[in-house]
Amino acid sequence: MNASFPILSGAPVPLPSDVQTRPIIAFANVSKVYPSRKESAEVVALDDIELQVPEGAIVGVIGKSGAGKSTLIRLINGLERPSSGRVLVNGTDVTALDERGLRQARRSIGMIFQHFNLLSSRTAFENIALPLEIAGIAKSGIADVVEPLLAMVGLSDKRDRYPAELSGGQKQRVGIARALATKPKVLLSDEATSALDPETTDQILSLLKTINAELKLTIVFITHEMSVVKKLADRVAVLEGGRIVEQGTTYEIFTHPCHETTRKFVGSITGGTVPEWLVAKLRPDRRDGDSAVLHVGFVGGDADQPVLSRLARTLGVDVNILHGQVETIAGHPFGSLFISVSADPEMLRGIIGELRAGQNTVEHLGYVS
Amino acid sequence: MSPEILELIVWSTLDTLVMVGLSGLFGTLLGLPLGIFLATSRANELFPAPVANRILGLVVNATRSTPFIILVVAIVPLTRLIAGTSIGTRAAVVPLTIAAIPFIARVIEAAIREVDQGLVEAARAFGASPLQIVEKVLLPEAMPALTLALTLTVVSLLGYSAMVGAVGGGGLGDLGIRYGYQRFMPEVMATVVLVLIALVQGVQTLGEAIARRLDKRTRNS
Repeated sequence: MNASFPILSGAPVPLPSDVQTRPIIAFANVSKVYPSRKESAEVVALDDIELQVPEGAIVGVIGKSGAGKSTLIRLINGLERPSSGRVLVNGTDVTALDERGLRQARRSIGMIFQHFNLLSSRTAFENIALPLEIAGIAKSGIADVVEPLLAMVGLSDKRDRYPAELSGGQKQRVGIARALATKPKVLLSDEATSALDPETTDQILSLLKTINAELKLTIVFITHEMSVVKKLADRVAVLEGGRIVEQGTTYEIFTHPCHETTRKFVGSITGGTVPEWLVAKLRPDRRDGDSAVLHVGFVGGDADQPVLSRLARTLGVDVNILHGQVETIAGHPFGSLFISVSADPEMLRGIIGELRAGQNTVEHLGYVS
Repeated sequence: MSPEILELIVWSTLDTLVMVGLSGLFGTLLGLPLGIFLATSRANELFPAPVANRILGLVVNATRSTPFIILVVAIVPLTRLIAGTSIGTRAAVVPLTIAAIPFIARVIEAAIREVDQGLVEAARAFGASPLQIVEKVLLPEAMPALTLALTLTVVSLLGYSAMVGAVGGGGLGDLGIRYGYQRFMPEVMATVVLVLIALVQGVQTLGEAIARRLDKRTRNS
């Protein structure tokens, strides 16, 4: 089968460059060690974390359970204290604040939770009012803040409902409105969509994107789902065993994952993992009449170039597509394709050279008959 | 039954209600803060004071494991100090209150510990102080459980109050012992038991109804 690979027509979209604005959150050499107790050895939850969050960005921290995500996000609002290092939020070192100072600082940092953590004894309105009551806002001023927030999250008609009467998505909307009540500069999201079904997840994610754009709110979220990172994040940090093993823009991470953990996460989304049936047929060495199997990642500017048809034209080889997927990552196309080409070793080098043009990645996996 | 006996039963019922009402009230006033403290003062909790927590826990356990009738006799000097006398209904309120405090503290501690820790974390994340967390999160969220706990307390106090007759306290228990048992008037004994059953039923039903009204967790749209 001859194939070109037109992913998107039209002008190439510029890649997101690293945001250069002042970081609103900065981790400097942050470690968190839980000291050993009787039976258990000491646990290093976070190890020398360096992380900058640009103002107005949406940064995702992804990792498996136990990687240290929860600890990391709780260092930002001081729910956890680091063993060493500093955490700067909006120019303030939160690790140096006492409890009173922290309480003040937390009012400019909103937080939403996996299990929503709404008070069952309060209505939607009263839940959103809680941070305002805590901040000592007069009762008369509270409704002026809460009503617009209810409208913003689309729950004005559920104003006087109790959490037990709301769906999961509605509860999280109340959670988001509550987190925004004190007009924070930063929103922390602790697995906010992990308890929701896929459709509701998408609604919550697009609500978060809207909030980020309209309120210029910086969002830091933790998740174990790469699909959430793909839909929401501008930048990603990959956490494993308490270390950030890789970080960069979402597009970089998806198109050029360097660390094994990142590849596994990314592969689950971009089709970067070799399909089962192909694994069974792959051989490491070449026999007569075999075709070479290549995994090509089409990236950025080249993702919308007819690379395969050019290959067929200039080198005169037939390209057979075995498996492929095209994804939009952070608003940019990214293709992952498994192809087989019938070529001798000499010619294969030429083909790989041709495919590597631009930012594309090529991996020679083996041979099939 | 003669009108005199009927009048006695009415007065004794009132005595019982006064004893239980007052000791329940004083017991709650003192037991509630103690229960809140017990529920929030272990290491890494809102008001960490693990040593005080342990000591108060021991005192509570000691008081609760003392049989009530022994407690009544043992604290007679204290009773005399507070009530001015060691006999009668007024005096009986003192040992009843002393017995109610640790009981109430424990049931309140249990009710507060039932509150989801995620709510406490959320309140902390919004900048709430420990006192604000108690006032705005723990107590309102525990309210249905607290209501049931206090119902249980009142029912227990009804039982205890029947024993203070032994030291000259009034009430239904005293009436039952003196007339029903010592003067062989089985109809008085039966009436006393029936009134007590009715009181327990009434308190329990009322408590459950209030708790249900306060509980917003299971309501469905």
